[in-house]
Amino acid sequence: MQTIASQTLIDIHKLNLYYGTFHALKNVTMDIPQKAITAFIGPSGCGKSTLLRTLNRMNDMIPNTRIEGKITIGGADIYSKEVDVETLRKKVGMVFQQPNPFPKSIYDNVAYGPRLHGIRSKQKLDEIVETSLRSAVLWDEVKDYLKRSALSLSGGQQQRLCIARAIAVNPDVLLMDEATSALDPISTLKIEELAQELKDKYTIVMVTHNMHQAARVSNQTVFFLNGEVVEFSDTEKLFSNPRDQRTEDYISGRFG
Amino acid sequence: MVMSMMEVPNSGTVYSSEELGRSLESSSGKTFGRRARLAFYNRTFKIVCIASAVFVCLILFSILFLMGRTGILTFETVSLKTFFFSTDWVPENEQYGAFVFIFGTIALTLLTMLISVPLSLLIAIFLSEMTPAWLKNALRPVLDLLVGIPSVVYGFLGLTILIPMLRSLTGTSLGDGILAAGIVLTIMVLPTISRITDDSIVAVPKKFRDASYALGSTRFQTIVRVVIPAARSGIMYAVILGMARAIGETMAVVMVIGNTPQLADALFKPTSVLTSNIVMQIPNVPFDSTWNYALYMMGFILLLISLIMIIAVRLIQGKGVKQ
Ligand SMILES: Nc1ncnc2c1ncn2[C@@H]1O[C@H](COP(=O)(O)OP(=O)(O)OP(=O)(O)O)[C@@H](O)[C@H]1O
Ligand SMILES: [Mg+2]
Repeated sequence: MQTIASQTLIDIHKLNLYYGTFHALKNVTMDIPQKAITAFIGPSGCGKSTLLRTLNRMNDMIPNTRIEGKITIGGADIYSKEVDVETLRKKVGMVFQQPNPFPKSIYDNVAYGPRLHGIRSKQKLDEIVETSLRSAVLWDEVKDYLKRSALSLSGGQQQRLCIARAIAVNPDVLLMDEATSALDPISTLKIEELAQELKDKYTIVMVTHNMHQAARVSNQTVFFLNGEVVEFSDTEKLFSNPRDQRTEDYISGRFG
Repeated sequence: MVMSMMEVPNSGTVYSSEELGRSLESSSGKTFGRRARLAFYNRTFKIVCIASAVFVCLILFSILFLMGRTGILTFETVSLKTFFFSTDWVPENEQYGAFVFIFGTIALTLLTMLISVPLSLLIAIFLSEMTPAWLKNALRPVLDLLVGIPSVVYGFLGLTILIPMLRSLTGTSLGDGILAAGIVLTIMVLPTISRITDDSIVAVPKKFRDASYALGSTRFQTIVRVVIPAARSGIMYAVILGMARAIGETMAVVMVIGNTPQLADALFKPTSVLTSNIVMQIPNVPFDSTWNYALYMMGFILLLISLIMIIAVRLIQGKGVKQ
């Protein structure tokens, strides 16, 4: 059985987030362990994506948001003035709900991040592109078409390309916001397997609407309701023996 | 008893399916079936589309033909080499070298694009990415209004403000020339190019920007590496429109270029381009003269230059990932 014994990487402490006057996250406190998969589940609109976006500060770009509380990653307060947002986002990669490859070639999509961070050598880039695509289990399907537009790929391939693009900058954390919700079951399965493999190297936080997915792939599961954490425990425990009545109602499909 | 009980719901379902069938039938006319009607619409639509496409091509070719037909008569008396490569344009003396004007038009257009494209791009980026909303709402309508200002007005501004300014700047008595014309044309095409570019930048989906930011790029990097390339085809369209206007512009150019048939080998030197020369001379020429034919030929060349430049822009932008 997986345990929370492994080291904490992300420490969220008394986090409150407001969109204007709307209180979207209420006093959220949790420790997210290193090199494991943590799943966020909960009904639509409960704040899963919002919390995920606080971890790489993508919320900074939404006007009128206000944040209170503290988030540290590897001991560093990511909302302190000294933190460089670009460096943070390099360390904390993100995969979005809708596959969003750039309208560029497959190669240029994966090489985008490394180039951004100063890698110029063709040989080095080739190497990164290949290893990233291999890690995302896409290499064999695209290795002969690297110059082709990424938009010519299928949805599932595009999403794996986005994962390759995210891991090409060598992040420590990978945030996945319902990364499989737009995909067919086979692509979904591939990405779930991929997440399993990646967790040896990365700390993965995934939002999912699919409780079976959370149960299948995650080590820890967090259940949210209306911006609050209701329950956070080992996935097995949360699904077999939930502490809170609301969790039980949700996972047994009585609401949400 | 049992039978009758079974019959009631049975007949009921039969009836309702009949009714459904009838309602479906009635929604397609009696004599004119839905299928036939659709086929008719599809066919008509297709024919109309093809006809419009053919019509547009026909207009283009008939214009080219009409200009070319009269223009070609030039070469009964003037050799091709003289017309295209001689710099001597003295019609009174039967010398018809159009090189000065052809060169002038190309040089003026390139100069204008050289100044206006980077400038418009900056304006568009500033407008779409960096301006607060209230300023956007003020600037966009102003630019839209500028697009519609008649070119004579721009010519007046050039004549009364720009040329004296250039004179005092260079300290010579000369202000007219290709630079003055280039600046006036730049001011003219700037609103067009920047507004269309602005629109195409705004149309770049947010998801591309999100992806870029999430990989750790700055705003500047996102604009240069993702937004501009994604807006490329819109920007190309903007450049073509601006360029077409610059090539064909006559009035504003006549007012500031100096109208002298000498080669534009310096920025401040009165010169002439195809459009300005045609409009200055066409009222005075006899109808059946080589002079008249030569002016038609110049109009024809003007057309060709604009077509070639537009194709060139398309080719330049086409060098990228095929979508
Ligand atoms: N940009 C925004 N401005 C204002 N309110 C927002 C914004 N984004 C989200 N919200 C609100 O914050 C709440 C949480 O949204 P969030 O997107 O985090 O939910 P979610 O749990 O990810 O839902 P879903 O499962 O449907 O994706 C919702 O009530 C939503 O309406
Ligand atoms: Mg969400």
